[in-house]
Amino acid sequence: MAYSNKVIDHYENPRNVGSFAKDDPSVATGMVGAPACGDVMKLQIKVNEQGIIEDAKFKTYGCGSAIASSSLVTEWVKGKTLDEAQQIKNTDIAHELALPPVKIHCSILAEDAIKAAIADYKQKRGS
Amino acid sequence: MNLPIYLDYAATTPVDPRVAEKMMQFLTMDGQFGNPASRSHRFGWQAEEAVEIARSQIAELVNADPREIVFTSGATESNNLAIKGAAEFYHKKGKHLITVKTEHKAVLDAMRQLEREGYEVTYLDVEANGLVDLEKLTNAMRPDTTVVSIMHVNNEIGVVQDIAAIGELCRSKGIIFHVDAAQSTGRVAIDLQNLKVDLMSFSGHKTYGPKGVGALFVRRKPRIRLEAQTHGGGHERGMRSGTLATHQIVAMGESFRIAKEEMASEQARITVLRDRLWNGIKDIEQVFLNGDATQRVPGITNISFNYVEGESLIMALKDIAVSSGSACTSASLEPSYVLRALGLSDELAHSSIRFSIGRFTTEEQIDHTIKIVHEAIDKLREMSPLWDMYKDGVDLNTVAWVAH
Repeated sequence: MAYSNKVIDHYENPRNVGSFAKDDPSVATGMVGAPACGDVMKLQIKVNEQGIIEDAKFKTYGCGSAIASSSLVTEWVKGKTLDEAQQIKNTDIAHELALPPVKIHCSILAEDAIKAAIADYKQKRGS
Repeated sequence: MNLPIYLDYAATTPVDPRVAEKMMQFLTMDGQFGNPASRSHRFGWQAEEAVEIARSQIAELVNADPREIVFTSGATESNNLAIKGAAEFYHKKGKHLITVKTEHKAVLDAMRQLEREGYEVTYLDVEANGLVDLEKLTNAMRPDTTVVSIMHVNNEIGVVQDIAAIGELCRSKGIIFHVDAAQSTGRVAIDLQNLKVDLMSFSGHKTYGPKGVGALFVRRKPRIRLEAQTHGGGHERGMRSGTLATHQIVAMGESFRIAKEEMASEQARITVLRDRLWNGIKDIEQVFLNGDATQRVPGITNISFNYVEGESLIMALKDIAVSSGSACTSASLEPSYVLRALGLSDELAHSSIRFSIGRFTTEEQIDHTIKIVHEAIDKLREMSPLWDMYKDGVDLNTVAWVAH
């Protein structure tokens, strides 16, 4: 599998690997994918009172491009409002990482992870 | 140490330098470049003699008669010729064939083709250790069964099927028995004077010979007949036309000669390296050896690493050249059908690595491999949400995953 340098870089030096405390009320979690399909992404966002994503962390079980996609979105969501983060498209992720066609599903999964984390936050806040 | 370390000997082996040396003598004007089928001059006679010596060398490794060896372009062609050739020649007797789900694609796809042509094929399951249950095989046999095709050594997990017992069974029922032995020459002793095997496929490049050459053993007593699949000048007793590739055939002969001479000492050495590798890895948590633990060749070790994904594991192991059962590394999207046939979950099949050790593997390379594997597993599990869940005592089977 010939990957772009960006995928290799994110894979070798993944940004923001880790977890936040689950009981922190400012933290929301999005978990998408399935082990049987070969990828599971867990994206956590930490949102401040102004509704801005202050920090993000991920853990991913998956191929190189799944790890790179999730690493990239942790960088992208930081500093964005929830609405702005909601706008991140899988095509942007795929384009940025120059993902080969068979790996587009990794970028879709990363977009789903953002949306799942935001939904979790909104649910927690009761809005 | 040169990196990457080659641990993919089951995919192909490098040509032994002694073999390459020999092969080069059969190409140029200074060498013996003649067509072995040329009967009218010395160039042809010399090439023919070289081919016949090679034929004897191949026959000697497996204790067969040289006249029972037919040269082909490789084990894939040998498998096709054996299965289609026998099924077609004996079609009046019946049109039912039996094989096993863990066979190489060259066997399975040849069978599929015969199904399209009106034959019926039974694909036997294997047990969880990768071996065929003889009782299940017996139950699958019918009066109209003409051919049973079962491989000797499995290319993915290295298990050795009991071809002696299967041969007896087939012979007692008058069924032709074909064995794909691409992975076993030079690794397991083969005695065709005693084995009740009728057809056996060999490969050059799995035994330190060149790619593009193979052979098919076709038994003379009792005589097995085949419908030719390649028509032309009537070479190889009409079973496989086409000018013989003298340089490749000579090289394959030399590689089989070396295999016969060195098999015992080489397998002992590889066993020590294999044990060293497994002992260095087996204490990692949630690591599983695939296939029978004892009835297998030492050269192939297939291991699943739970909670890490196969392709990212391959990427983390970039300094060692190995194969993965993960779909991500291949054109298809299914994980290894061989591992699935053993009953492994998709996850474990995805996270499997085949380490195959060979003639030029060193102790230093094995030690470095162990170190790299530990680092890779640590890194990927640190990143794996599934590992966290496992550590938290979550049963992953109870989680409602969103399949995609």
